Amino acid sequence: MLLASLVQPAFGLIFWMTLSFGIVFFLLAKFAWKPILNALHERERSIEDAIGEAKKAREEVAAMKASNEDLLREARAERDLMLKEARDIRDKEIADAKGRAKAEGDALLARAREDIRNEKNAAITEMKNQVGELSIQVAERILREKLGDKAAQQALLDKVLKESDIRLS
Amino acid sequence: MEEHAGKENAEFNAGELIMGHIADEHGWHIAGDLSIPLPVIIYDTQRGLHLFSSARFEHGHAAHDGYRLHEGSIVAVDANGQVDEAATGNIWDFSITKNVASIFLVMLILLLVFTSVARAYGKRAGKAPKGLQSLLEPIILFVRDDVAKSAIGPKYMRFMPYLLTIFFVIFLANVSGLVPIFPFGANLTGNIAITFTLAVFTFVVVTLNGNRNYWQHIFAMPGVPKWVLIILTPVEVLGIFLKPFVLMIRLFANMAAGHIIALSFFSLIFVFGATSAAVGYGVSVVSLAFTIFMTVLDLLISFIQAYVFTFLSALYIGAALEEHHEHKESIV
Repeated sequence: MLLASLVQPAFGLIFWMTLSFGIVFFLLAKFAWKPILNALHERERSIEDAIGEAKKAREEVAAMKASNEDLLREARAERDLMLKEARDIRDKEIADAKGRAKAEGDALLARAREDIRNEKNAAITEMKNQVGELSIQVAERILREKLGDKAAQQALLDKVLKESDIRLS
Repeated sequence: MEEHAGKENAEFNAGELIMGHIADEHGWHIAGDLSIPLPVIIYDTQRGLHLFSSARFEHGHAAHDGYRLHEGSIVAVDANGQVDEAATGNIWDFSITKNVASIFLVMLILLLVFTSVARAYGKRAGKAPKGLQSLLEPIILFVRDDVAKSAIGPKYMRFMPYLLTIFFVIFLANVSGLVPIFPFGANLTGNIAITFTLAVFTFVVVTLNGNRNYWQHIFAMPGVPKWVLIILTPVEVLGIFLKPFVLMIRLFANMAAGHIIALSFFSLIFVFGATSAAVGYGVSVVSLAFTIFMTVLDLLISFIQAYVFTFLSALYIGAALEEHHEHKESIV
C-alpha cells in the first residue's frame, strides 16, 4: 500500500459521503435542528419573560408598599387632625361653659348685692320712719304728762334724744 | 494484504500495518482472519453495472468477473490475470467500503440521537434538559453562541443547521475512528475523500451566500490601484479555493497523524517483540501508556478539529455575508 493512495480521494467515498451527508443534513435540519433550536429559543425567551415579570411584580409590590405607607401616613395625619380638632372643640366648650358660668355667677352676685342694697335702704327708711314716729310718741307723752314742769320737760327731751341718737348711729 | 495470508511466517511490517488500518478497504477486517464482506458496486463504462460481495476477491487473492483487488483498489484483469490498465480506466468504484459503511453508521447514529433529542425538546418544552438532551445542549449552545453568533453575526440562524451538522458529523466521525472495536475504528476523517467532501460543502455554502461586497473584495478590491489588482485578484481568486482546501488538509492531516502515531506506538511492541519476546513485553508497558495517552489526546483533538472546521466555515460564511467595508484579515 502506497502513501500516495492516502492523499488520493477515492471517488466512491466522495459519492457516498456527498449523498449521505446531503440526506442527513436535510433530515437533521428538518427533524432535529429546527425543533431543537426553536425549543431553545422559546425556552430562553420564556425564561427572560419570567425574569422580567418577576422584576415587574417586585416593582409593583414595592410601589404598593409605598402607596400603603402613604395611605397609612395620611390616615395617621387625619387621625391626628381629628383628635386635635376634638381637643380644640372640647377646650373651647369648657372655656365657653366656664365663661357662661362666671357671667351667670356675676349676674347673680350683682343681683344679690342690689337686693341687699335695696333691703338696706328700705330698712333705713323704715328705721327713720319709726324714729320719727317714736319721736312723735315721745313728744306726745311729754306733752301729755310733763308739760307742767319746764325743766322736767327739757330733761326728758334731752334724755330721749340722747338715747335715740346712740341707737341711730 | 499479506498479513492475512502468511501470518505466522511473515516478518512484521509496521508501515503496512499502519497503512492497512488507515486506508479504506473492501470488506471489513475485524481481527485475525475474521472479516465482514461488504458489497462491491462497480460501474464499468464498457461492461455496465456489477454488484457482488467483496468476499469473492478473497482478500485480493482471486479475480471475480474480470476484476480483482490490487493494492487496495479494484482493477480490471485480462484472462491471464494480468492488470489491464485501459479497462481499469473504465471502472467507477461505488463499492460500500469499510469507510462508506462507517459513514452510514455515523449518519444513522446522528439521525437517531438528534431526532430523539428533538423529541425530548418537544416533550419537555420549557423544562430543564434531561439525559442525552442535557449532554448535547451545551454543545449545541456552544456552536450557536461561540461559533455561529460570533463568526457570522445577526444572520447566523440561517446557517445553524449546516454548522451543527458538520460539527457533529466531524466530531462523531473523529471519535468513531478512535474506538478500536467493531463497528467503529474506520479512519473516516483521516481519509482525504471525506474531508474533501466536507470542504466542498463549505465552499458551496460560502460561494452561494457571497454578497456583492464579498465578490467586490475578490475581483476589485476597493481602494487599491488598478495595476495592483493584476496581482491581487488572482491571489484573491486562489484564496476562494485555498480556504476550503486548507480545511480539507487540516482535518485530514490531524486525524490521520493521530492514528499513525497511536498505531506506531502500538507497533513498537511487535517490532521489539520480533527481536526478543522479553523486550517486547517490556516495551509493551511503555507503548500501551503512550497509546492510551495518544488516544486521550486524540479525543481532545477530535473535538478541537470539529470545532476548528466548524468555526472556520462559520468565519468564511461570515466574511461572505459581511456588508461593511472594514477590512478583516482572512484566516486560512
